[in-house]
Amino acid sequence: MPETLKIRVLVRPKRGILDPQGEAVRGALPALGFDGVKTVHVGRLIEMEVESADEVEAMCERLLANPTVEEYEWEVVR
Amino acid sequence: MDELSIKDTYTALGLSDFEYDRILELMERPPNFLELSLFSVMWSEHCGYKNSRPLLSRFPNDGPRVLQGPGENAGVVEVGDGWALAFKVESHNHPSAVEPYEGAATGVGGIVRDILAMGARPVAVLDSLRFGPLDEERNRYLFREVVRGIGGYGNAVGVPTVGGEVEFDRSYSGNPLVNAMCVGLIRTEDLMSAKATGEGNLVVLIGSKTGRDGIHGATFASDELSEESESRRSNVQVGDPFAEKMAIECCLKLLEGNLLVSLQDLGAAGITSSASEMAAKGGVGIEIETDKVPLRESGMEPWEIMISESQERMLAIVEPDDIEKVLALTERYGLVGVVVGRVAGHGELRVIHDGEVVGGVSAGHLADAPTYEREVVRPKYLDEIPKVNLNKLPEPDDFNEVLLKLLGSPNLRSRHSIYEQYDHEVQTNTVVRPGADAAVMRIKGTKRGFAATIDGRGRHCYLDPRGGGAATVAEAYGNLSCVGAEPVAVTDCLNFGSPEKPDGYFQLAECIEGMAEACEVFGTPVVSGNVSLFNETDRGAIFPTPVVGMVGIFEDVSRHATPRFKREGDMAVALGGVGSEGVSLAGSEYLSVVHGEGSGSPPEVNLAVEKKVSDLVRGMVRSGLIDTAHDISGGGEVVAVAEMALAGGVGFEYEEEEVGRMVEGQGRGRADLAFFGEESGGFVIAFPEEKWDDVQEALGVDGIAYDTIGEVGGDRFKVGNFIDLPLSEMKEAYERDLFE
Amino acid sequence: MNIGVTIFPGSNCDRDAMRAVELVGATPVQLWHADPDLKNVDAVIVPGGFSYGDYLRPGAIARFASVMGEVERFANAGGPVLGVCNGFQVLTEAHLLPGALLQNMNLRFVSKRVRVRVEARDTPWTAACESGEELMLPVAHNEGNYFADADTLARLEDESRVVLRYLENPNGSANDIAGVCNEARNVVGIMPHPERVSDDLLGSDEGLKILRSVLVGAGV
Repeated sequence: MPETLKIRVLVRPKRGILDPQGEAVRGALPALGFDGVKTVHVGRLIEMEVESADEVEAMCERLLANPTVEEYEWEVVR
Repeated sequence: MDELSIKDTYTALGLSDFEYDRILELMERPPNFLELSLFSVMWSEHCGYKNSRPLLSRFPNDGPRVLQGPGENAGVVEVGDGWALAFKVESHNHPSAVEPYEGAATGVGGIVRDILAMGARPVAVLDSLRFGPLDEERNRYLFREVVRGIGGYGNAVGVPTVGGEVEFDRSYSGNPLVNAMCVGLIRTEDLMSAKATGEGNLVVLIGSKTGRDGIHGATFASDELSEESESRRSNVQVGDPFAEKMAIECCLKLLEGNLLVSLQDLGAAGITSSASEMAAKGGVGIEIETDKVPLRESGMEPWEIMISESQERMLAIVEPDDIEKVLALTERYGLVGVVVGRVAGHGELRVIHDGEVVGGVSAGHLADAPTYEREVVRPKYLDEIPKVNLNKLPEPDDFNEVLLKLLGSPNLRSRHSIYEQYDHEVQTNTVVRPGADAAVMRIKGTKRGFAATIDGRGRHCYLDPRGGGAATVAEAYGNLSCVGAEPVAVTDCLNFGSPEKPDGYFQLAECIEGMAEACEVFGTPVVSGNVSLFNETDRGAIFPTPVVGMVGIFEDVSRHATPRFKREGDMAVALGGVGSEGVSLAGSEYLSVVHGEGSGSPPEVNLAVEKKVSDLVRGMVRSGLIDTAHDISGGGEVVAVAEMALAGGVGFEYEEEEVGRMVEGQGRGRADLAFFGEESGGFVIAFPEEKWDDVQEALGVDGIAYDTIGEVGGDRFKVGNFIDLPLSEMKEAYERDLFE
Repeated sequence: MNIGVTIFPGSNCDRDAMRAVELVGATPVQLWHADPDLKNVDAVIVPGGFSYGDYLRPGAIARFASVMGEVERFANAGGPVLGVCNGFQVLTEAHLLPGALLQNMNLRFVSKRVRVRVEARDTPWTAACESGEELMLPVAHNEGNYFADADTLARLEDESRVVLRYLENPNGSANDIAGVCNEARNVVGIMPHPERVSDDLLGSDEGLKILRSVLVGAGV
């Protein structure tokens, strides 16, 4: 049986793009008594099990992230 | 199991000693755990109506347009031209209290599937919501998330949310009410039933995979809310509107091809309730092979599979010859489509796992929960409600301020910030969009249409259960009449506290009595409904809140009215008002908002006169005489007229003389009573002056009280020397976002 | 004239779009997502809804549906394509139109009628409108906040490729953009739903002007 790799992809809004969801969370935290929060960005975490990591980059480019507004990074999780 | 652990087990499953003994008696042997689970879910209040069934028999169920009364997934009434409407309201209060987004979303999903099970295409959703006051953070959170959940689900399944209502009161803190109503459209000859027939026919599960979600949701919904229920979060199901949309299209396609014998949705108690109800209705048995059910998680026990409340699933009975076509269609729509059992002659719901029978109970026994009738004892609180003492109530100095305060109060403020989160136009049938007295929908390919409204009067029902019950039906009747629809039938959702407490039982019994009387007078039978009891927290019970959903029909839907003032120069007339003592401040919004009091018994409703006034207004709309009408409700006459001006974006001026007459007449010298006093059965209508003679003639017929009150025009709202405000300032108060 | 309407799992305005196509006198043709066949239609509408549940990102999965390969070929050959709401999202994901549609600024679904101005009438989907004409059209979306980088926005404006512009911006869109077209001007994406204002009984039939435009362009 081929080995399976666990892949974790993190997708988030590109730097400089307005992130109203992150802003809303940032605004809500002090109201709950959590002070000193400077910035919040809300992204998306995608976990996959794959046979090979060769095509993960292409998956990110074509489907998992929208390069127009999002950036991504991915890693193999041990 | 030894005796002690048996008792522990059935108690934990929510069955009483009496009920367990009854099970032994019926089965003539001890049930195993699976069988006990089947009983526990089917004999819960939610599925078995054990506290309410005897009372519900009080409702009239029959009428000339009724094609299907209670007992199926939804009631059905005839519209004409071969069309019928299937409709029902259902509560999702407890799940929404714990996880508001998913609770509300799956509430919409569930009621939409009920309509689908009748074979109808769901065409409209309405919601009735109650929350505690918005000054509490938790209530704001529940309100925000419930509204998001309704939109999140309804918008995605492509069924417009066209109407509804929301009120805020302390009694709902921590125990919100989330009632969703759905209306579906169907050709009369295509009406479907949930009755299983034909020994050897196949039972097909259609929709999503089955997981552990919502196990014991039905018993959960029949319990009081406590700290513990917070930790039962895992009980709440998660909705997948995408799968539901696919299920709708797939089932309608299956029905179009005449491929189904019967159809049932899976709601509370999952396969157990659906299969046993289908079997009981058809007088047959059903065998379910639990190992055939596609699962989302591994290691599920047969009893878990039987009572799982995973969403977006339907159960269909299919003749063996049609099965290939059916499975091809489920595949085309990307859905689970699996034969999980068959119709049998033995009358049992029999569960088979890996070829072995693991349990079996007579479907008739499961459907026959024991019922409890209790003594109806008048609660003390009713005799202790303080009367409104007008002498001690200071009259306001600044009526501008009072009107702004009323218009801006959470119970009267515009609901645009809610309904703008709902897609209310998809399917392109919405003739009158949210914000009017009732939603008006067309039926494509005909001149016909229908109207729907949903109403509840919790505070009124608390102060006077029987009168409040009647007034709730009257309000719905008035709302439909006022858009010009002929009211035809009712669906109801009975939201109450614990029936095991005398006050709760009295409220339930009396509200039902009042509703039943009103339904008889109005000729609007109850054709479907739902009961939600045990709405209590450690702060006490909610206001008794029976919610009435009513549908009405139009022969010509282009002849309808809306509350919005449409033309400068229109005359306005106030008519009706049927209370025995005239308008009253008892239990009024004015008393609550301006004076912080909730006292007094609201005026009695005179149902016969109320019907006469509503019918008169409807007659004028239907004949094309008027296109502008609004019922006088919370906030009284002046608030009603202000709402009409705000909706039309045009000002209004009361006649000087009329203001004097009002204050002296219905106000008995007090302007606040005259302007903001409430009573049922009052309406405001508007029309171009040249129609005045015809309107007068129409009004004269029945000897109903009416007054010309003023003229539409300009950009200010003026009531004699009392109120003079620019519309823009009123708009600012009235349209303030409810979520801010 | 035959106008194709794509149907993805989760589309919910396909029936409305087909009906509106009939109302302007054209013949609607269903284009099922799994069939890579445009059935010789003369124009394509990608309707609104929640294709594939809007899961991942609205339009992200639909753009890879079998029928979309054909739609791309058709668009690149100059065929008139209109994306409405979710359809607009699908077309941006498919890179047939520039930019992206982000979540509405106030993080809420918005459903109401808004006033928009026709900014460009030299497209197959606005040819029947007057230039600068104002229309009252319904919007109903959660992700309608148009975004493109500054260079792209400048180019869209320079090349008059903003087709519809909000007069009251309901979602935070850059430059109040309600609709854009591609460089060749045959592919148009708009957030408002013209098919919903297709009958006086629904308050107005102004939306039919958009759909009728494709007949004008074709000289029908």
